[in-house]
Amino acid sequence: MRTSEIEKHLKKFKVGIAGAGGLGSNCAAALARTGVGTLVIVDFDKVELSNISRQYYFVDQVGKMKTDALRENLIRIRPELNVVTHPVRLSEKNISSVFNDCHVIVEAFDRSEMKQMLIETVQKELTGIPLIVGSGLAGWGNFGVLKSRKIDETLYICGDEMSEATDDNPPLAPRVCIVAGMQANAVIEILMEKI
Amino acid sequence: MKILLNNREEEFDRDFLTVSEMLELKKFSFRMRIIKVNGILISKENYDSVKIMDGDNVQMLYLMSGG
Repeated sequence: MRTSEIEKHLKKFKVGIAGAGGLGSNCAAALARTGVGTLVIVDFDKVELSNISRQYYFVDQVGKMKTDALRENLIRIRPELNVVTHPVRLSEKNISSVFNDCHVIVEAFDRSEMKQMLIETVQKELTGIPLIVGSGLAGWGNFGVLKSRKIDETLYICGDEMSEATDDNPPLAPRVCIVAGMQANAVIEILMEKI
Repeated sequence: MKILLNNREEEFDRDFLTVSEMLELKKFSFRMRIIKVNGILISKENYDSVKIMDGDNVQMLYLMSGG
C-alpha cells in the first residue's frame, strides 16, 4: 500500500486520546502525521515549562490549555485534521459520552489510579472499543524490556510494566516517545485492519 | 487444575482459586493492576469472590505511573 492510499483509509477514523501529557501529545502528533482523520483530545491542564522536556509543546505555549496548544501544533502538521477538544477532567461520569464514537482510545494518563479507572470504565461502558494503555516508561536505557502486547481484541498495553515515574526516576523524552510511538503503532495496526 | 496465565500454562494443586488466592500463591506484589478472567475484567472489590477454574484464561497487566 502506498502512503496516499494509507492516508485515504485512515482519514475515515476517529481516535480518542485520554490525557495530553508526554504520551498523549506525542502519540497525537504521530497519528496526525500518519493521517488519522479525527482526534478527540481530553486534558484539563495547562502547559508548564517543566513539560517541555518530553511533551509536544513549545516554550511560547507555556500557560495555554494543553488542548488548545496541541490543537495548534497538530493543525500545523496537518491542516485538514479534525481536532475535537474537551478541556475537562475525565471520570467514570463523562468517559463514555466523550469517547463513545471513537474507533480506538489511547490511555495517556500520568497516575496509575487514573489508568485503572479509565480501563475499567471503557471496558465496562464502551464494550468493543479497543483501548491502548501505556504503562512503564520512566528513566532511560533498557530499551529491550519495552514491549507492546495485545491482551485481547479490546486491550493492548505498551511499556515495560515496571518502571514507575518518581522524582528520582522521572519520565524522559526518549522512552516517553518510544512508548507513545508504540501506542500510535498499535492504533494504526487496528485501523488498517478495519474496512 | 491448569490455567493459562498471561499465555503460559500454570498448574495449581487446587480445584479452584479466588483471584486473591492466586495473587498470594504466585507472590504477585501489591501494585496497581488489571486482571481479566476469560476476557472479563475483574474489579478489585471482586478479587475475593471471583473463582478461577480449570482451563481458565487469566490475563494480568501492571499499571505504572508516568505518562
